[in-house]
Amino acid sequence: MGDRLSIVVVEADRERAHLIVDSLRGTGDHNIRVIAEPSRLARCIAEADPDIVLIDVADPSRDMLEELALASGPLDRPVAMFVDRSRQGLAKAAVEAGVSAYVVDGLRPERLTPVLDAAMARFQMFRQMRSELAATRRALEERKTIDRAKGILMKARGIDEGEAYALLRRTAMDQNRRMADVAEALVTAAGLLS
Amino acid sequence: MSLPRLSVGFMPLVDAAPVIVAREMGFARAEGLAIELHRAPSWSSLRDMLAFEAVDAAQMLSPVPVATALGLGGAGVPLQALSVLSVNGNVIGVSRELAARLRGAGHGFGFDDARAAGEALFAVRDAPLRVGVPFPFSMHFELIRYWLDAVAPGRAVEIRTVPPPLMAEAIGAGEIDAFCVGEPWGSIAVETGVGELLLPGRAIWAGAPEKVLAVRAGRAEAEPARFGALVRALWRAGRWLGQPGSRTTAAELLSRPEYLNVPAEIIDRALTGRLTISGRGEGRHVEGLVAFHGGAAGFPWRSQAAWIGRRMAARAGLDPQAADAAARAVFRSDLHRQMLSGIGAVLPGASEKIEGAVESDRPVAAEDGTLVLRRDRFFDGRVFDPSRPD
Repeated sequence: MGDRLSIVVVEADRERAHLIVDSLRGTGDHNIRVIAEPSRLARCIAEADPDIVLIDVADPSRDMLEELALASGPLDRPVAMFVDRSRQGLAKAAVEAGVSAYVVDGLRPERLTPVLDAAMARFQMFRQMRSELAATRRALEERKTIDRAKGILMKARGIDEGEAYALLRRTAMDQNRRMADVAEALVTAAGLLS
Repeated sequence: MSLPRLSVGFMPLVDAAPVIVAREMGFARAEGLAIELHRAPSWSSLRDMLAFEAVDAAQMLSPVPVATALGLGGAGVPLQALSVLSVNGNVIGVSRELAARLRGAGHGFGFDDARAAGEALFAVRDAPLRVGVPFPFSMHFELIRYWLDAVAPGRAVEIRTVPPPLMAEAIGAGEIDAFCVGEPWGSIAVETGVGELLLPGRAIWAGAPEKVLAVRAGRAEAEPARFGALVRALWRAGRWLGQPGSRTTAAELLSRPEYLNVPAEIIDRALTGRLTISGRGEGRHVEGLVAFHGGAAGFPWRSQAAWIGRRMAARAGLDPQAADAAARAVFRSDLHRQMLSGIGAVLPGASEKIEGAVESDRPVAAEDGTLVLRRDRFFDGRVFDPSRPD
């Protein structure tokens, strides 16, 4: 074994898993295993017996790892979140970056830090991409709803596109609501009436 | 003028109702507080969000602050409970296959007799019973252990952690035989056809403190005005939720995409206690399936913390006396009392009671008038006397 660390990455998405593994390889010749299947997570990890487990903060299956944190758990060696055993503020920074790390008790902080720094940078990037993607998707959805609402108004009232848009905007302003919400209500109502 | 802000984390469950209602129905605003809500993906994340100051307060499983006080699991940051947010609210379900075997053996799914249900379970399953619970430190875990250990001492039971959204999948895939979970997840297992409900959690212990309002230790004393306003707003939210006329509105609020994102009809089942227990539409009515108010529901009894602490200590091999003392200290009945004084809340005169001793509603002395304690029996009739715990 020597200086090699055994690392488990819990990640269902293959692309993301590859990126994480690549960035971890940059910090040393570690033995890295990816677990994609959330069921029986605790058992799989117990079998792998790693030094470090990395998992997305937003992954609900993270709670399964808490069993490992119990001394009487399936691992002989106690596993704990690293907070009180390493660099000050590291745990907080990791959680903010979007990664949770479970570290076997007794691992030297200087060995842990580069691995975590690499993981944190990668997860931070994922988190940013995810929120940008969600915002873009939402904007697109709203755009589509507004277009449909405009279409309904144009047909029902015999007005052109510009007038339909102005009517939606005026209604939204009068009711102190978002234009997308007014459009959504109109589309739903029209669906019920047709 | 902008109001002082306070961020509160929650999990998408029916018993997150007090924090959601405190914000949506304006109870926080009335206390001069603007609360921001943050939905968490898992209990460990929520605990860490609280520990690492991403939120000021959180809806939390009642055993979590006790576990941190005993040094079990967790991030090592001490937490305290300022209020109990809900009493009871869990359901126990079984796989369809196990349900069929139970019916075959003549079990009637009466939904009120924990001993009969437990004995029937062991009678139809020889292999160790595998039960899913959401978190290792949870009332779900404590209830399952208390129930099955009392029904069949020595019979093998394997308790596994399964996050609520994955519970239906796990039981569908045959990885667990039964589960104990908070609503709406039990009803969702029924709706998706993978499981049937066997018992409400309150059939095991009728007075189980389920979720608490947790904060980092020392925070409430450092800022009594802000946290006091939160505790009062949550008490008012609980009182509102306790009125039958509020249920429809509450179900609608909780069903919103940013909260539970589950149809209001399913949430309504837990709030009214009218559950559908099987895919054939059989109904059962449970009075007080989940309670937010009445009988000092919100009061963090030190005896409740002691019960949890002693049971955890026994499993982990810790000193019971020390665990008892550490557990009591995290349920801040003293702060709860101070924060609710003068607003008409009926608070008990004592800070601990004999758990499991109230058979039916019983009036007791209170600081201000009379308090009616609600039934809090354990299914096996045992009591927990905090002054004589053994």
